[in-house]
Amino acid sequence: MVQAQRKMQTQVGTAEQGDTEAQLSIRNLSKIFKTGDGVTDISLDVQPGEMVTLLGPSGCGKTTVLRSIGGFLEPDSGDILIRGRSVLNLPPEKRPTAMVFQSYNLWPHMTVQDNLAFGLKIRKRKKVEIERSVTEALELVQLSGAARKYPGELSGGQQQRVALARALLLQPDVLLLDEPFSALDAKLRMEMREELREIQTKTGMTMVFVTHDQEEALSISDRIVVMHAGKIEQLSTPQDIYDRPGSLFVASFIGRINLMRSISDGQHIAVGSKVVQQDGSTSIPAGACTLAVRPEDLYLTGEPDSLEGTIRQVMVLGHYAEVSIHCEQEHLKMFVPREQAAELHSGQAVKVGFHKFTAFSEVSS
Amino acid sequence: MNWYFRSLGARRIVEFVLLVVFVIFFLGPLLNLLILAVSGKWQYPAALPQSWSLEWWQFVLSQDDVLESISLSFLIATVVTVCSIIVCIPAAYAFARIAFPLSRWFLFSFLLTHAFPKMGLYVSIAVLFYKFGLMNTFLGIVLIHMVNTLMFMTWIPSSAFRSVHRAQEESARDAGAGPLRVFWKITLPMAFPGIMVASIFTFLSSLDEAQGTLLVGIPDFKTMPIIMYSIIADYPNTTGAVFSVILTLPTVILLVAARRFVSADVLAGGFQVK
Ligand SMILES: Nc1ncnc2c1ncn2[C@@H]1O[C@H](COP(=O)(O)OP(=O)(O)OP(=O)(O)O)[C@@H](O)[C@H]1O
Ligand SMILES: [Mg+2]
Repeated sequence: MVQAQRKMQTQVGTAEQGDTEAQLSIRNLSKIFKTGDGVTDISLDVQPGEMVTLLGPSGCGKTTVLRSIGGFLEPDSGDILIRGRSVLNLPPEKRPTAMVFQSYNLWPHMTVQDNLAFGLKIRKRKKVEIERSVTEALELVQLSGAARKYPGELSGGQQQRVALARALLLQPDVLLLDEPFSALDAKLRMEMREELREIQTKTGMTMVFVTHDQEEALSISDRIVVMHAGKIEQLSTPQDIYDRPGSLFVASFIGRINLMRSISDGQHIAVGSKVVQQDGSTSIPAGACTLAVRPEDLYLTGEPDSLEGTIRQVMVLGHYAEVSIHCEQEHLKMFVPREQAAELHSGQAVKVGFHKFTAFSEVSS
Repeated sequence: MNWYFRSLGARRIVEFVLLVVFVIFFLGPLLNLLILAVSGKWQYPAALPQSWSLEWWQFVLSQDDVLESISLSFLIATVVTVCSIIVCIPAAYAFARIAFPLSRWFLFSFLLTHAFPKMGLYVSIAVLFYKFGLMNTFLGIVLIHMVNTLMFMTWIPSSAFRSVHRAQEESARDAGAGPLRVFWKITLPMAFPGIMVASIFTFLSSLDEAQGTLLVGIPDFKTMPIIMYSIIADYPNTTGAVFSVILTLPTVILLVAARRFVSADVLAGGFQVK
């Protein structure tokens, strides 16, 4: 129910960009460091209860954006509004945000209990009330027994959960998370992701999540902001970003993809001996272009109009197999079911077809 | 017997021998001193004194100027420690957090006070003190002691502050604490062990300081080490032993009390130039 509601809000939010109801609104934010790196012209609206992920390679400016929202960096220009009010002139302690840092979140000289109670004591809450909220928060992150322990006595994952609990206790209007799980091993990371998503559904909190892990972004976000070299490359839902990458960078950064050099005549695109029709939505001008096809959208076929190639390698990876094919000067990867893979061997001549693709003109990107 | 040593291996044996040498080298003189301090008569070839007595303790402790010097020394050491903390902790924090130009050279310059021959430095300071009327004053002695303590009191706490991560301070700001509260509740407590170690060093080095005190404090200010020089010169060995035990005692007590703060990390961290 809650989930459905949030999805609704998300869609409304996407439809009406610049809506004044946005929980967090970033307008033309720019921050350039002395070194010349930084972010330029970042605009983003986050709706109440939405989880938006900033995704991009290392150094693309994700942390810079997040720290600007939290008040730890002063932007050169642009504005940041939370529930319609500019927070640009507020120091971090006055902003209605809470941040979970990548590491070194906790204070080692205080018990978990005191770590969690710190912010509440400053807010002059009653003792009984603090006690109760802390207990609840620890239950929420499944660490009920840890109140009397010191951070040094907890594992990395437990520490990050305490940090999350502490941020949640502040009941921020916007929760900021800077790669909070990147120091954890793969399994724990997965668990924490699910937990975070669950907490978000339970509390309906607005979150901005930073990661450089595309899988993480695809799995937990309502919307993803793909960043590249300090700029927003694409802003959309995970599905949309995966299926309709807006640029060659997004296509190659999100998920795995085969890129094929090809030539467009305005209506058709020729890749090797195969010619595909352009659909109406994106028209590639005549000239060189790149065709991007997901490995799962390639299939082996007997159709006449297809790419001819030879299998170089078959790797069985659990319930499916990854097949590398050398195909008219390109190396292609495709996924086939394991049973089908049993009949394939390297050196075998095959024909490869595809229907779904995205084309990028070489001139524009 | 042989099999036993062979099973230990050559390395173990070498380690053991080194340890024994080390213990004899450091603890031997101390032990000798302790025995000497409670001996009555002790003639050369004997391993232990022929008679035991506390008469020299009585003698030393009945001297008025000895008792006075002890209380004076502790007073000076306390004042020096407090002043050094007040002066150096803010400086240490600045060095750790604010990257101003030449900060590395500033830190390095503290080392220089230890690179010159002490007496030369003291004499040139004394010339200045003379102009300002600081000779033979309490303030003068405190200042000359602080010349020595500035280094520990800045370097060690500075590295302690540096070991407090920015994110830890920032998450406190995030939780609603202003800059001052962050310093008191987060940064200072986390750097406390380093500051404690530096303060103990300062206290002990002030207690032990003789050269500068002698130069600046004559004739009125006689601290423990200065009284000790004259007593050693005028009385038998045993008084010297008694006195060194008295002088060593605070060091031992403080070090034992501070053991929980003194970790190799803190000490090693204190002497990095960053
Ligand atoms: N304080 C600073 N001074 C100078 N340059 C900085 C500073 N902080 C960040 N940068 C530069 O700004 C760019 C963006 O940094 P940012 O920390 O936002 O990257 P990021 O996307 O968070 O990367 P990562 O995934 O590695 O954390 C980088 O090129 C970085 O070198
Ligand atoms: Mg970052």
